[in-house]
Amino acid sequence: MKTRTRWLLVIMAVVLGFLAVRCGGAEEPAAEEEKFKVAFVYVGPVGDLGWSYAHDQGRQALDALPYVETAISEIVPEGADSERVIRDYAEQGYDMIFATSFGYMDSVLAVAEDYPDVLFEHATGYKTADNVAIYDGRGYEGWYLAGIVAGRMTESNILGYVAPYPIPEVVRNLNAFTLGARSVNPDIEVHPVWIFDWFNPPSEREAAQALLDVGADVIARESDSPEPDKLAEENGVYAIGYNAIAPDVAPNAVLTAPIWDWGVYYKQTVEAAYKGEWETHAYWGHIADGVLDLAPFGDMVPQDVQDEVNAAKAQIISGELHPFAGPINDASGQERVAAGEVMTDEAMLGFDWLVEGVVGTIPQ
Amino acid sequence: MRIIFEKRQSISRRAMVLVPVVSFLVSLLLGAILLLISGANPFETYAAMARGTFGSTYNFSETLVKAIPLMLTGLGVSIAFRMRFWNIGAEGQLTLGGVAAAWVALYWAGRVPAFLLLPLAILAGMVAGALWAGVPAFLKAYLGVDETLTTLMLNYVAILFAAHLYYGPWRDPQGYGFPGTAQFDPSVWLPRLVGTRAHLGLIFAIVLALALWFVLNRTRWGFELKIIGENQVAARYLGIGIARNIVLALLLSGALSGLAGACEVTGISRRLQQGLSIGYGYTAIIVAWMAQLNPIAVLFVAILMGALLVGGDQVQMTMGLPASMGLVLQGMILFPMLAGSLFTEYRLRIVRPEKTDPLASETVEAAS
Repeated sequence: MKTRTRWLLVIMAVVLGFLAVRCGGAEEPAAEEEKFKVAFVYVGPVGDLGWSYAHDQGRQALDALPYVETAISEIVPEGADSERVIRDYAEQGYDMIFATSFGYMDSVLAVAEDYPDVLFEHATGYKTADNVAIYDGRGYEGWYLAGIVAGRMTESNILGYVAPYPIPEVVRNLNAFTLGARSVNPDIEVHPVWIFDWFNPPSEREAAQALLDVGADVIARESDSPEPDKLAEENGVYAIGYNAIAPDVAPNAVLTAPIWDWGVYYKQTVEAAYKGEWETHAYWGHIADGVLDLAPFGDMVPQDVQDEVNAAKAQIISGELHPFAGPINDASGQERVAAGEVMTDEAMLGFDWLVEGVVGTIPQ
Repeated sequence: MRIIFEKRQSISRRAMVLVPVVSFLVSLLLGAILLLISGANPFETYAAMARGTFGSTYNFSETLVKAIPLMLTGLGVSIAFRMRFWNIGAEGQLTLGGVAAAWVALYWAGRVPAFLLLPLAILAGMVAGALWAGVPAFLKAYLGVDETLTTLMLNYVAILFAAHLYYGPWRDPQGYGFPGTAQFDPSVWLPRLVGTRAHLGLIFAIVLALALWFVLNRTRWGFELKIIGENQVAARYLGIGIARNIVLALLLSGALSGLAGACEVTGISRRLQQGLSIGYGYTAIIVAWMAQLNPIAVLFVAILMGALLVGGDQVQMTMGLPASMGLVLQGMILFPMLAGSLFTEYRLRIVRPEKTDPLASETVEAAS
């Protein structure tokens, strides 16, 4: 009984102590009223060398704008917890908040409704509001080119793909990769393994191991860590990286990687917001815009393959080549896009079927 | 020279107050060293943490959002712990409570009057949690199966079952394939306290804590539970039905955790998705012990723990430190607080062999 009373007293004292701090420190005026305050919320650690890393590189590009001040929160779980972090930034008086993962959508919209004067940008989502814009890059353009490289380099004609979630974005990139590979080598099969996570080094590695076991000699991954690249290096096979260049991780394995340059977009949208010219939008950037590109080729990629890929890239930039131009069959062999047709943005945004050459299914 | 721990004959009033205060100061000091190493000003960091958790109505409400599930699960496990039934399955009971509430919210809409939907969802959550705790309780009470393992293992079953549902059959058809059910109809949203995310669960927790305190300390049943926990032989001698009481107490324990899950799902996420099982049920064990199994104290400890969880965010938001720093700091603060409680019941004594009678030293060694 006594010990219980003791703890009770102490805990109450501590709580009261905190409350005292509250009264003392509340409502302090913002130190630098002039700066345009921009916050970034990341799903992974900024050191993941992946998606979050790429966005943080983009944030650092904002240093070029003298009037901007940035803050970040990393490893913010998708779902209910993210609302607190996003709301906290709005509450602290941030002018603009970038939420860089798909699963933040509900949270962004809920907070945006309560803070009509704060501007929100949500990467990869599909819902907008007056103060919520969405932005993404057409990663499939890069994945199509990476597919050409993989298609030229494979000997087993089996490519592996570590796939995070069965959402349209991932399905689209997987399909583009497959179409790119089969454009130069129609015998190729692409095996996806779904890991249901963006950043999870152990399960990414396990998935890559499973792909090696079915005979894949090029491992691509859309997940965020370079673990599959490392495993490929250890096993003397090739890898396709993603998101950012990490030259030291697996120099003998990584052929190339679709990479992001979000700074291009961040600078332009933050500048517009600062000048009061910002309007809600749904941005979907091309290679031509500079938000994405293909990483420099590894030394093992022969010059003729490099030339072939660069030629395809030039065609994508000019608009001559579209990765999802018909004829395209689905995995069951049924024609989905007729010859002479090109998939609309709307169809691509809701991609829910796999192209011919992918061995596997979209879970449920 | 050796250092031994000696059980205190009586717990002095001085130790009672001094030990926790010193533990807390040691916590802050250890954290400060860590912060200095990583180049941050400890005072600023602690101030930011305090402001971020108690600094405004909004911040305090977010601390409560974290504290509510800890209060309910903390109350749940304390009942079980009072009987020395090691229920470490609060996480699974919470998860299943959330699943049951989601089931009602998603699939009973339209079949029952709208005003009944929310009470039914909450009730379903409590029943599911109760049954999930009831299984190991029954196995323990009637077959003597060790509850530590069964309650722990059932956590994984519940968590994976929930994942199966929101990745699979319950996935939102409009969700573009992303895991998670559709959002519930607003009639199943647990009311929130004006302008915040803190919800009605807070009132449930307070009322239940008071009721539980009364039941445990002022009723015959509470007395029976206490006897069973302290001395099973005596309980049997007094004619107390041990097996029946274990099952009853665990049903109550599980129902509280199930309620926590139902409140999370209907009050916060308003859908079943990832992020429901994020360790509340395990943190509840720390909450229950720090509160010395006292229901009223559980409320305060849960707030403190909620503050620690929310305060961790501030470390990166305002101080620009990496996210892992927040987690390390949480551990640093918690560890001395828990370790400190040892010193209220034990005294540290330094034994110098040359000054002690060898025989006495021998006995001390045996005793320690």
